[in-house]
Amino acid sequence: MDLFEYQARDIFEKHGVPVLAAAIATTADQAEAAATAIGGKVVVKAQVKVGGRGKAGGVKLAENPKDAREKAGAILGMDIKGHTVRTVMIAAAAPIEAEYYLAILLDRSNRTFLVMASVSGGMDIEEVAHTAPEKLAKVPVSAVDGISLAKAKEIVAAAKFPADVADQVSDVLLKLWEVFQSEDATLVEVNPLVKTSDGKIVALDGKVTLDENADFRQPDHQSLVDEAGENPLEAAAKEKGLNYVKLEGEVGIIGNGAGLVMSTLDVVAYAGEKHGGVRPANFLDIGGGASAQIMADGLSIILGDKDVKSVFVNVFGGITACDSVANGIVQALELLGPKATKPIVVRLDGNNVLEGRAILKAAAHPLVEQADTMDGAANRAAELAAK
Amino acid sequence: MTIFINETSKVIVQGMTGSEGTKHTRRMLISGTNIVGGVTPGKGGQVVEIENRQLPIFNTVAEAMAATGAIVSVIFVPPKFAKAAVIDAINAKMPLAVVITEGIPVHDSASFYTYAQSVGSTQIIGPNCPGLISPGKSNVGIIPADITGAGPIGLVSKSGTLTYQMMYELRDIGFSTAVGIGGDPVIGTTHIDCLRAFQDDPNTQAIVMIGEIGGDAEERAAAFISEYVTKPVVGYIAGFTAPEGKTMGHAGAIVSGSSGTAQGKKDALEAAGVKVGQTPSETARLLRAIMGR
Repeated sequence: MDLFEYQARDIFEKHGVPVLAAAIATTADQAEAAATAIGGKVVVKAQVKVGGRGKAGGVKLAENPKDAREKAGAILGMDIKGHTVRTVMIAAAAPIEAEYYLAILLDRSNRTFLVMASVSGGMDIEEVAHTAPEKLAKVPVSAVDGISLAKAKEIVAAAKFPADVADQVSDVLLKLWEVFQSEDATLVEVNPLVKTSDGKIVALDGKVTLDENADFRQPDHQSLVDEAGENPLEAAAKEKGLNYVKLEGEVGIIGNGAGLVMSTLDVVAYAGEKHGGVRPANFLDIGGGASAQIMADGLSIILGDKDVKSVFVNVFGGITACDSVANGIVQALELLGPKATKPIVVRLDGNNVLEGRAILKAAAHPLVEQADTMDGAANRAAELAAK
Repeated sequence: MTIFINETSKVIVQGMTGSEGTKHTRRMLISGTNIVGGVTPGKGGQVVEIENRQLPIFNTVAEAMAATGAIVSVIFVPPKFAKAAVIDAINAKMPLAVVITEGIPVHDSASFYTYAQSVGSTQIIGPNCPGLISPGKSNVGIIPADITGAGPIGLVSKSGTLTYQMMYELRDIGFSTAVGIGGDPVIGTTHIDCLRAFQDDPNTQAIVMIGEIGGDAEERAAAFISEYVTKPVVGYIAGFTAPEGKTMGHAGAIVSGSSGTAQGKKDALEAAGVKVGQTPSETARLLRAIMGR
């Protein structure tokens, strides 16, 4: 889960990373009040989970509270790369002398953690990484040992931080490691980390990605979910415990196993090329042991998607038995009754396939048809969606 | 021959007394796996009967190894306790630990992987994987044993159900070993480890490699194939239609910016001379054409 900047800032503050005074606002009134409370010049920053908001006009300096009100009014409701701005952060403005970059992240390739650090931080860090990679120090960090003071000093030296800020940056690194580890983050990025004109090091902007697998030991993370920004179908699916991603297409997909479902989306997209370019409408993995209830929940989410014209249920029975999947489909259609209106193409293979196919055949539901192969079923589902 | 496991491999089950552990112990026993005991901390000394076998339970992996001579552990422990279970296996110098558990925090898997590397005695497969099977000989994990039999194909895959699908497509030919390496961002055994083992296994004649979006493991595997693998390899990559920035079921299946795309992986494999199918069925046909079957 990616956090908003203000959520990252709050987590930084909790772990002692130096940040500036700030508050969030969802109206121009609140923005003015926040600016008054902070005092002096402030920066009004759009809270969106996408890069490049400064260049899009989502970050403005405000001279006083009235100005903050005006700037917030202009930024709230703005569309930045498809993300609607619902919240702004009002932060104290700081006189900046230098901009640096620090990040701790999971390095999948090397199966370890990695620190990236540069004294050339700011908006163009990706450009720096590309054109002058020697200015971006990359230091592996052991998942067992983490960042000790000695390691922090090694990183500071590798990135050639100036001597007058070296100790402060080392300290920030230790605290960022604490954020990374104790919050189960997979990315903690500070850009820019600034040196103010009075020589202080401050995290001006931050990005944090949290590992949802760790939710069981991070009860506080639940409150960080952006419910307003969620797709309503995805939110409804999450409530039912379903692994669902909404896509832009017409063929609803239900399958078992992440890999098989991803593959099903691809196969439907290829088949769709012959049928007016129809595409998969969603990713939905019902996992092992598809009960009637899970099947009903999944089908009702998919049939609630107004874009869906046909549904493809693709199951390879490994542990899951095809007869229980077939019973699930039949019972789901009974539960849904007249709410089920779209044609459903079912392909079953694997464990107890003959029993499963026989159950669907005997039920003879007018919306359900069976196909023998995954490719054939995808083609039929695409054809039905194109009608 | 097979890779990593064979009919003589003595296997213990960590988490045998839990519901998943019991269910899959039964399935593994039925498919011929030589299961010799289980580990559940606090339940040492108990004996459980599964499929008419009396299986001793131990408190630690070290005790289980000393008493039974096990050389493989398969781990069905919930995410909360999985790290401790894997560390227990590493401390006991268990040669092979197969971690089936899904949903382990990546800080935990990065930590036990790093620790295993530093101790240097334990190969980890997974986490979040279906395990591995050498049909008719041994089955360690949750792969259905009745899809196909022994044969000359080696298979390595990030996905469980795609493994089953591919074994089904090629069921008339059969497999030396099929390994599900798992869909998490940090896994213990990679495509490369399996490709090397299949290349070195005299009974494996051809290899199917299944990948999916996220990370650069397939690109690395492509480079490895160019320099090491002389046996025919066909590939399949899932996730061409996955949008950027969305996790597709597996924790590791995410396209970040321009990295981890299915197209990039396909291109890398094809540049290494690997034929890549557009669907699982086409991939199976490519392999048949190469093997003349």
